[in-house]
Amino acid sequence: MRRSLIGRTWPNAIAAVLFVFFLFPVYWMVATSFKRDKDIVSRDPVFLPLDGTWAHFDRAVHVPHFWTYVTNSLVVTAGAVLGSLVIATLAAFAVARMRFRGRRGFVLVVMAAQMAPWEVMIIAAYLIVRDNDLLNSLVPLTAFYLMMVLPFTIWTLRGFIAAVPKELEESAMVDGCTRTQAFAKVIFPLLAPGLMSTSLFGFITAWNEFPLVNILSKKESAQTLPLWLSSFQTNAGTDWGATMAASTLFALPILILFVFLQRKAVGGLTDGAVKG
Amino acid sequence: MRTQSPEPGESAVAPADDVATPRAQRTPEKSGRPAGGPSLASRFTPYLLLLPAVAATVALLGWPLLKTVLLSFQNLNKRQLIQHLTEWNGLDNYTEQLTDSEFWTITLRTVVFTAVNVALIMVLGSLIGLLLDRLGRWMRLALSVSLLLAWAMPVVAATTVYTWLFDQHYGVVNWFLDKLGWHSMADFSWTSGEYSTFFVIILLIVWQSIPFVAFNVYAGLTTIPRELYEAARMDGAGSFRIFGSVIFPIMKPFFLATTFLEVIWVFKAFTQVYLINKGGPDGLTRTLPVHAFLEGFGAQRFGVGSAIAVLTILMLGALMAYYFRIILKQEDEL
Repeated sequence: MRRSLIGRTWPNAIAAVLFVFFLFPVYWMVATSFKRDKDIVSRDPVFLPLDGTWAHFDRAVHVPHFWTYVTNSLVVTAGAVLGSLVIATLAAFAVARMRFRGRRGFVLVVMAAQMAPWEVMIIAAYLIVRDNDLLNSLVPLTAFYLMMVLPFTIWTLRGFIAAVPKELEESAMVDGCTRTQAFAKVIFPLLAPGLMSTSLFGFITAWNEFPLVNILSKKESAQTLPLWLSSFQTNAGTDWGATMAASTLFALPILILFVFLQRKAVGGLTDGAVKG
Repeated sequence: MRTQSPEPGESAVAPADDVATPRAQRTPEKSGRPAGGPSLASRFTPYLLLLPAVAATVALLGWPLLKTVLLSFQNLNKRQLIQHLTEWNGLDNYTEQLTDSEFWTITLRTVVFTAVNVALIMVLGSLIGLLLDRLGRWMRLALSVSLLLAWAMPVVAATTVYTWLFDQHYGVVNWFLDKLGWHSMADFSWTSGEYSTFFVIILLIVWQSIPFVAFNVYAGLTTIPRELYEAARMDGAGSFRIFGSVIFPIMKPFFLATTFLEVIWVFKAFTQVYLINKGGPDGLTRTLPVHAFLEGFGAQRFGVGSAIAVLTILMLGALMAYYFRIILKQEDEL
């Protein structure tokens, strides 16, 4: 089909504008984090920080307790993701492969839990945690994050398990495997992409979570990286260089994971109809 | 650039497609069931496997939910909180809210806020999805990468970046508007007015949400056979007609499901609204989740905050019930 010159040009022109629109904030974050202070606090923005500096990164990672934030974020994230993977694999297997009373009900609960309004349950969560003397502890954070990612994990793994032909399992069982062995040897290896996409989603959720940690952890010893981002705002104003350096460091793991895993992971994310 | 997982059976119209799968599952299960009655042990196996998930859900989701409801019937302020007092006050918190004009203003504002966001996300996201389908390879790759980066930005980081972009004195947006000749914008404080604050919040949410819709629409389009377009074009259909008569009907389940999901997600949006301006100026950008938080923790009226939370949950529940009904109906139609 022939199109006129204009017909061929306008999609590219619009795409170029959109490219700038979607990329610019990310670019500006990275660019600012390398600029010298005089270029940040200047009436005319500097678009290419050619005489860049690492000073802001240096300042951002030398904030008191920086490594506590990093460790906490990693511990909480790993705990929530691994915990939900184990619990979800069991449940997903039951839902995908077995027939029992109440299965439909369980599936509905999982779907509803996926949309749970955590944002407004903070007050209750705070009181529950306080009444159990667990404020400023990583335990409740890990537990709540586990719950935030659990429904999605069950949902995604269920799909992946259902996609494995039942015959594969049956032939393994004919060859003398028990059902558990058949699962471990046949299904589990095929679950790798599913485990990967759910882990990525869980990672983003726990890495990102702000409202709960903001309320449950008033001491640095139990705070995570989202709170570190706000530590450069002082009464004297915001240290934008350090804030942007911190944002860059904070976003980097997820940006990298996304770009590398997007083929496998993004499909999994959309399949579960949940975003991070 | 492929953005969809190549997994079999997981198509682009994922949300609707996915929930329809329980139906498809029934067949293999039936055939896979051993002949004769299942033994007692194997009858309990599924429940045993579900036990951890159910226990976690009851303890970590059910409990906070129940607690929210219980708190909403209590007079729980700073004093009661510190002294661990439980003072029931019946429906007082609810009558206070439901007769308060501010609550209704905020509810209306939340609804309008949600509608504006979702309309923009769905319309622009679909258009960009259609555009991706028309672009050449390299332009598509470039646009996909920028969409991917916007999507992958952690919400807290993205919100921080937007406050920097819209900074009053050194923000690049004000500089740009000034350069365009709009000199009064040179030192404009975006967070000093209701609409300008909402403008920043909406831009942020739309910027981050469009990629999800765009990628899905694009992936959905790649599953539609080209012959259908060609046939429609032969019959003299223009672009709008093709969208209305070919693309939309095929992808209707996806559009419905995504619209509802976006409604639910935007309605609950907390981090962006709260971090941009803490619901200010003068509480003019409070939405329901932010209102519940500020009344609860800000004003230290935890009972009142919980009542607002319960009312918000009820509204979300109604939306979800409607969404589930549509999903189930779709399943019956398929």
